[in-house]
Amino acid sequence: MSGAGNRYVVVPTVTVLAVIKNRLGGAKKGHQLLKKKADALNMRFRQILRRILETKEKMGVSLRESNFALTEAKYTAGDSVKHTIVDSVKEASVRVAARQDNVAGVKVPVFERNDLAGSQEKNTELFGLSKGGQKVSGAKESFQRTVDLMIELASLQCAFVTLDEAIKTTNRRVNALEYTIIPKLENTILYIKGELDELEREEFFRLKKIQTKKQEAKERQEKEDAAKAAAQQNGGAPLVDPFAMAAAAPDLLSGVGQADADLIF
Amino acid sequence: MAQQAQQVAQDGSFIAIIGDEDTVTGFLLAGVGHKDYRQNTNFLIVDTKTTTKEIESTFASFSQREDVAIIIIAQNVANEIRHLIERYDKAIPAILEIPAKDQPYDPNQDTMLTRVKGLLGIQ
Repeated sequence: MSGAGNRYVVVPTVTVLAVIKNRLGGAKKGHQLLKKKADALNMRFRQILRRILETKEKMGVSLRESNFALTEAKYTAGDSVKHTIVDSVKEASVRVAARQDNVAGVKVPVFERNDLAGSQEKNTELFGLSKGGQKVSGAKESFQRTVDLMIELASLQCAFVTLDEAIKTTNRRVNALEYTIIPKLENTILYIKGELDELEREEFFRLKKIQTKKQEAKERQEKEDAAKAAAQQNGGAPLVDPFAMAAAAPDLLSGVGQADADLIF
Repeated sequence: MAQQAQQVAQDGSFIAIIGDEDTVTGFLLAGVGHKDYRQNTNFLIVDTKTTTKEIESTFASFSQREDVAIIIIAQNVANEIRHLIERYDKAIPAILEIPAKDQPYDPNQDTMLTRVKGLLGIQ
């Protein structure tokens, strides 16, 4: 029996064979689909990796510019402007909205900048009113551009982590199907087929056996009949032929005292 | 990028910042700072007096807050709590390491970047 260790425990019948074959078909289809999904995810993953690297570089450049702009602002508006900025924090005007993107059935969060036209906006407009206002607003714009890049980078990183996880689970499923479930189902089918063949051979053998037994019985019967007929032909009137019996009818009365083989009592 | 947009939060989440004074000031200037009614802020200014423990607890609280979507952290600060960042595996909030103002940026220290490069096969 092939693969007795690696198969499902089933009753080897035709019905179960059909069920298992169905399952094997399903497993193969699922394997194909999952493999396609893994490929799609991998492709997207590679793109994202490359974009993370690009954006990271851009962010470095942008941040350097922003820092320079801030230093300029501090120089013109005075060092105390940063305390003003830190202390005037009330409500975030720049926020991120998260929405979901669908990559081959995997939900990937995407961040978007969501500006809130709040009081903060008015507040910051007054920074450096006495001096260096232009530099301060320049630094602000520069930092807002950096924030945009940061949000983009955060989206990419988020997608990176999510996709990484999704790819791992998909690969695990693909491998489980390929190396465990499909061979197991195939082994089960082989087992059931083997068992069914065995049963068929048994049945065939049984029929053959019965046939020979019947033949033997028949032959024995024939032999007995022949012997009986021979005995009757030798001893008295032949009982087999009805006409002969009719012809021998008077003999029935005449031979009353004779022993009849057909009479039981 | 996406066809079907699904708004999760109404006002959107915050961007948290941990870094030196100048970096934080710059981002606050851009308008990411937030202070709630309990005077809890979404930023931490790290100077020479800030202890590692303080940074650790702030990072932990930011990463557990549901209204924080992105944590921006300066590289010199990130180096102090590297063990926490390396163990961090959630997608949201995303952690961004940025170059600190007074220190040159070393891409080899960036946890995310090393992971990305490792996967791309660039060493």
